[in-house]
Amino acid sequence: MATQTQIEVVMPQMGVSVSEGTIVKWLKREGQQVLADEPLLEISTDKVDTEVPSPADGILTSIVTLEGETVAVGTTIALITTAGEAPVEQEPGSTTSAPIPPASPEPVAAQPADRAFVSPVVARIAAEHSVDLQRVSGSGHGGRVTKKDVLAHIATAKTSQPEAAANEPLPAPVTSSAPSGGDRLEPMSQMRRSIAEHMRRSLDTAAHATTVFEVDMSNVVAIRSRLKPEFLERHGVRLTYLAFVARATVEALRNWPWLNAEIRGHEIVTHSYINLCIAVAVDGGKGLVVPAIRNAEGLNLLGMARAIQDVGDRARSKQLTPEDVQGGTFTLTNPGGHGSVVGTPIINQPQVAILDTEALVKRPVVISDDKGVDAISVRPIMNLCLSFDHRLIDGAYAVQFMAEVRRSLESWGEERY
Amino acid sequence: MPEKTYLQAISDGLRQEMHRDERVFVLGEDVGVYGGAFKVTVGLLEEFGPWRVIDAPLSEIAIVGGATGSALMGLRPIAELQFSDFVSCAWDQLVTVAAKQHFRAGTPVPMVLRLPSGGGFSGGPFHSQSPESAFTHVPGLKVVCPATPHDAKGLLATAVDDPNPVLYFEHKHLYRRIKGEVPDERYTIPFGKARIERAGDDITLVTWGAMVYTAAEAADELQTGGVSVEIIDLRTLQPWDKQAVLESVSKTSKLLILHEDTRTSGFGAEIAAQVVEEAFEQLDAPIRRIAAPDTPIPFSPQLEKAYIPQVEDVASALRELAAY
Repeated sequence: MATQTQIEVVMPQMGVSVSEGTIVKWLKREGQQVLADEPLLEISTDKVDTEVPSPADGILTSIVTLEGETVAVGTTIALITTAGEAPVEQEPGSTTSAPIPPASPEPVAAQPADRAFVSPVVARIAAEHSVDLQRVSGSGHGGRVTKKDVLAHIATAKTSQPEAAANEPLPAPVTSSAPSGGDRLEPMSQMRRSIAEHMRRSLDTAAHATTVFEVDMSNVVAIRSRLKPEFLERHGVRLTYLAFVARATVEALRNWPWLNAEIRGHEIVTHSYINLCIAVAVDGGKGLVVPAIRNAEGLNLLGMARAIQDVGDRARSKQLTPEDVQGGTFTLTNPGGHGSVVGTPIINQPQVAILDTEALVKRPVVISDDKGVDAISVRPIMNLCLSFDHRLIDGAYAVQFMAEVRRSLESWGEERY
Repeated sequence: MPEKTYLQAISDGLRQEMHRDERVFVLGEDVGVYGGAFKVTVGLLEEFGPWRVIDAPLSEIAIVGGATGSALMGLRPIAELQFSDFVSCAWDQLVTVAAKQHFRAGTPVPMVLRLPSGGGFSGGPFHSQSPESAFTHVPGLKVVCPATPHDAKGLLATAVDDPNPVLYFEHKHLYRRIKGEVPDERYTIPFGKARIERAGDDITLVTWGAMVYTAAEAADELQTGGVSVEIIDLRTLQPWDKQAVLESVSKTSKLLILHEDTRTSGFGAEIAAQVVEEAFEQLDAPIRRIAAPDTPIPFSPQLEKAYIPQVEDVASALRELAAY
């Protein structure tokens, strides 16, 4: 008899604040042989879409959670049966030892379900006071229950009546009706729900205001056309206008640090680093991910172009990690590729501003020479639209930042990288 | 009580020890005629004469070797190394001979090395280091890092009384910037007893030397947001007051360690490890360290500012810990 072990495959924790995930696709069928670390299925969470590798060599004996279903982190979604050590043939009567029982199923990487990290001190206090942490509301990072939360919970539990379940909010009513006529009904993807929630929350949080600047990109166009082949041949990097705007933005943010900040309660947190988020459309415009370029303040033009290409490529090929989409401090969005000339983007919370780069369009503009003589010239013009959170940023601050970005782009010199 | 600068407190301490005990003498580069590179020993030559105030050759190994030998023979040397950076030249005498002597032969080595350390004045890689952590790793040596004029004088007296080699790191940036009340009479401050710079409930911040002042400014910023920070000034690193740190962490459950020395294998790592070993079940957040990056200290004022931990670095780490 071969010793077999059953291994549970669980919905993995993809980042501290992620509590559930959706099965997008099973890459193996029941009964198929799988190897450890071989891609087993694709999942989608509200942070990222990713492949989940098999935890072990064996046979995929059972798929528990079907495609399209959403389950909590830690839930068993499949079973893999591994063949254990080859059994040693025993001569009858050669030993008096009892037969070895088959190893009991051992869950691999099973984590406590749908709950953020519990710190050592919270675990200890909860154990000492028999507190069910599921009933404690968390005020820490990602809804984590802090020491103060659990102590406060114990203090109120001592003084208050037994909790009334009636206080719990009722779930929102869901009207489910069959689609009429030629309408099509489809469930929202995890990503779609996350975008919907995030956009609504941002509008409910920030006091959005938008300003638009016209930028003469003549210098940038000339330098880009000269550097583009060199970047591609020597470095394999596509040099886009976005890279120039990103460089100019990062430089200007140093002088206007409140745009690289966030509001926490009644405090303003100004970041010493710039994690520059790039909005990337995926699935033909039906999805959006916003990976961050870490410490973008340290990148030159080549580094910036390479970083933008890297996060874009990885976003489209679903190779982003949860860390890639966390900790951003300022966002660039680039809808201009399809000809848009003005936009009013929604701020990526908890940031306070988002800069939108629009289409590069040739326009007749009035220019003045050194003697003040006016002439009409055809120039490549790009509109830059900044949405800012008026709770923190006043118009005067926002437009001075934008003026600096414009000045920086319009005066871009040959020697500047 | 008279108010004195950090430098004056050390200078007065030296003079008091020399008056009190004839065995005490000072030696070092330019400590006599010139009064010391930082003028800590001004006037000592005139007062005590050339047998007790010795201008040494430009050789740290000779200074430390001479101090070690005279301590073995019953004297109480206080050697000044012009910059703590150059203690590396004396590594062999200090680490191989002085630190091991008691364990090999049972004889005490009651010497004090005064080591002006720390940056903040564009002194560059040879004149700005804070090498205290390295010597906490050498059994047999004691390591002292006073932050206030009061502690500077009291810890110097304790160092002279101690039968072991004591490395006394005096922070150059504090010499004339920091003033405080210093008693005229002699007093000692025990090694291994931390000072609570300020009491608080939400986060424990452990530091020493000039970083005590950076910590205090950052804690002021947090105070306005309603977060109270307890600052522990260790005062001595070998031995260090583990009990005070554990007690504070048991109260706050969050720990930030701040030091001017570089990060990897800095003494902050030792503190973090011991807290995790002995107070794991008290922690409500990951232990954070703020330290200099693992590179030599740059000359450029802008780069040096980026290198040495600043108030905003500490405040932002404290905020993150508070929000965790």
